[in-house]
Amino acid sequence: MSPTTLRPARPLALTAAALATVLALAACTDNSAPESSADGSGPSTLTVTSTADECTVSAPEAPSGNVVFSVTNAGDDVTEFYLLAEDGLRIVSEVENIGPGLTRDLVLTAKPGSYVTACKPGMVGDGIRSDFTVTDSGTDVAPTGALADQITAATTNYVAYVKDQTEQLLTGTQDFVDAYTSGDDDTARALYASTRVHWERIEPVAESFGDLDPRMDLREADLEEGQEWTGWHLLEKDLWQPTAEANGGTEYVALTPEQRTQYADQLLADTTELNDRVHTADFAEGIDAASIGNGAKGLLDEVATGKVTGEEEIWSHTDLWDFQANVDGAKVAYDGLRDVVLAQDADLAEDLDTQFAEIQTLLDAQRSGDGFVLYTDLTPAQVKELADSVNALGEPLSRLTAAVVL
Amino acid sequence: MTPHASPDDNQSAPEPGERRQVSRRGVLGIAGAGLVALGASAATGYAAGRRDPEPAPASRSYPLTGEHQPGITTPAQDRLHFATFDLLTDDRDDVVALLRAWTAAADRMMRGLPAGELGPTSGPYDAPPDDTGETEDLDASHLTITVGFGPSFFTDADGAPRFGLDGRRPALLEDLPHFPADALEDARCGGDIAVQACADDPQVAVHAIRNLARLAFGTASVRWSQLGYGRTSTTSTSQSTPRNLFGFKDGTANVKAEEPEALEQHVWVQPEDAGRRPDDATSSDPAPDDAWLAGGSYLVARRIRMTIETWDRSSLREQETVTGRTKASGAPLSGGDEHTEPDFSRTGRDDVPLIDPASHVALAHPSANGGARLLRRGYNYTDGSDGLGRLDAGLFFLCYVRDPARQYVPMQNTLARDDLMSEYLRHTGSGLWAVPPGLPDGSTTGGADGAYLGQTLFET
Repeated sequence: MSPTTLRPARPLALTAAALATVLALAACTDNSAPESSADGSGPSTLTVTSTADECTVSAPEAPSGNVVFSVTNAGDDVTEFYLLAEDGLRIVSEVENIGPGLTRDLVLTAKPGSYVTACKPGMVGDGIRSDFTVTDSGTDVAPTGALADQITAATTNYVAYVKDQTEQLLTGTQDFVDAYTSGDDDTARALYASTRVHWERIEPVAESFGDLDPRMDLREADLEEGQEWTGWHLLEKDLWQPTAEANGGTEYVALTPEQRTQYADQLLADTTELNDRVHTADFAEGIDAASIGNGAKGLLDEVATGKVTGEEEIWSHTDLWDFQANVDGAKVAYDGLRDVVLAQDADLAEDLDTQFAEIQTLLDAQRSGDGFVLYTDLTPAQVKELADSVNALGEPLSRLTAAVVL
Repeated sequence: MTPHASPDDNQSAPEPGERRQVSRRGVLGIAGAGLVALGASAATGYAAGRRDPEPAPASRSYPLTGEHQPGITTPAQDRLHFATFDLLTDDRDDVVALLRAWTAAADRMMRGLPAGELGPTSGPYDAPPDDTGETEDLDASHLTITVGFGPSFFTDADGAPRFGLDGRRPALLEDLPHFPADALEDARCGGDIAVQACADDPQVAVHAIRNLARLAFGTASVRWSQLGYGRTSTTSTSQSTPRNLFGFKDGTANVKAEEPEALEQHVWVQPEDAGRRPDDATSSDPAPDDAWLAGGSYLVARRIRMTIETWDRSSLREQETVTGRTKASGAPLSGGDEHTEPDFSRTGRDDVPLIDPASHVALAHPSANGGARLLRRGYNYTDGSDGLGRLDAGLFFLCYVRDPARQYVPMQNTLARDDLMSEYLRHTGSGLWAVPPGLPDGSTTGGADGAYLGQTLFET
């Protein structure tokens, strides 16, 4: 999963600007005016040099539109750079954790007005401040209303969704485990895929718990030599026992009733632990717009890496259940943020709407009964079509976070 | 210092009277003995302390002879053709004859000569030429040929010794273990003998493997091979750091040719290593008779596919977090420039380390691996696309180590398990080979008595 999916929550600053697509930068500027591209449509680039006691901005003003502050840390301490509102309190945009000698870009879409720039060497104190003006260039700056409430609502709703899914996962796992340990393999097989969808819908969240994920969802191919295999896919293999030929040439040895109980109990205990953890206040505080947006992208990466190739459910071939569940999870994340995306980047919203519909149409064509056909029933052309649609959706989805993080 | 020479420079003044291979021989001709010697010293790293432009001896050739085989500390060339071979014979003499023939041909090709003495355009009119001819207008292009022996060279599938090499298999020459998330394909793994051909021209590298494979027909057959381009590491301080297909500089912290002590410690098998057994060996495991490997090394090859499309959809923040370095300059996220040592203790906002402890640079760093370093010699590869429209591309990882069990295996276990980058990688090919030492300076190759690579294994 994406390492940036779940990072500590930062205050959501109300801003007059949104992160824009990172654009190619000019290398340097003169000291009076920000550099801009020849036709005037590119970003204005300013350089900022941060030292222990100075914060030199290459120009005191820039025209409204896309503005790039290229911040170089020429001091010995880690530094940060802020663009503050006129009151010097509200953070419009920021870039943090700039190591000594490094250059990081702060890219934003700025509205006309008065601002304050600040470098914060050592990351403490009020910082070294200067006034900064954004003049009216006539460029249409995307409307940015008070979106904080929408984002707060989206975050609250997403946390609720994760809780609901883990609760359903726990209930389903209990039923699955009961059937499996009692030897009712038909029922266990019938419950396998439909229970796992609750896991797959929130996969990046589950994976953020680095100790639980490998215990619960490791595939046989992911094992380290000598590592004990536990979790869903171990039971999957035992329920869909391979021939010797499909098992690397060795006869598959079924788990004993004692082993079944042992591994099923552990899966249930781990699921309970997962459910407990997502119901803590710490978990809710860790969810923000960036983690939701990155989680949505991470879900599509999961599809692209394992599901569309049939490697996830190598014994049961129920990959399309997981595929749908990953798409469900991404769709829920996107829907919560959709109003924000609409306000910031209507074209992106339209693209995402279209691509979610397309991929759903392709998946619907493979429905069978309450679920889907097996992965092994797909023709190569159908797999290719699904892979293409994953890319078509994944590309705009990768821009979701930048569009909603203010 | 000679500025970077283009191939044309080398071909402009063939020695008068040179009849055959004007362009290939001209390389030696204009330079004379002095520059041939320069070429030789370049292989051992005369250019310490310099950065680009890369030194380019006018001869553009490296000698085959030397304490160690070429192609290890030789400044990494731009192109690779790597192939592994399985022996078809049970006869020890056939194997020695093959190694003799290969060594003679390698010696010739590295000098910019045809593989055979008659060349591609002469010889009996009713016989196929003894060189395939596609490098006839090219110079040596810094070709190096490096040979290694795999575990299966010494022991057959039932564990019985082959070619009378009882007890001569180094105990450290074991098939690599299964690592987490390995997705190895049988058709890209192993091989009795590995041959690494590196050159600055792809045609020269391919020509070398093609002609060696030809010489081997009936004795050994190609098991698998891999083309590489765009060296992804730096084996000499004279070279700038190139970028891999993730767009990041790769190989910044490599062991360099100009670090003789580090090479002794991490790359070359030392005389006192003879008989060494893995740390987990039991007292009943006999010590191997492997003094023949002193001066050699172990070669690890891994074909590492990159999931390019998902990487390209990840944010710059994630890419830099995963790598632990900036994409622009390659500086560690703790600050400085490309060659600044990473400071893993340095923290930023909320006391979070500036370099993620699970980043590639943090987990691959010697400080996280008991001081172990590798000499990497990897190449980018792109084998077109898979059936799903995804690039079949990545890194063909090659590294040379003194002890794979202590240097490579624990590091790869850690990386496969914990490295943030592993999400974007899958290992599809693998192998380990023992690389014998080089031929003593002054050795002559060719004929029934010529020196050959691996001679210490068969004759000491």
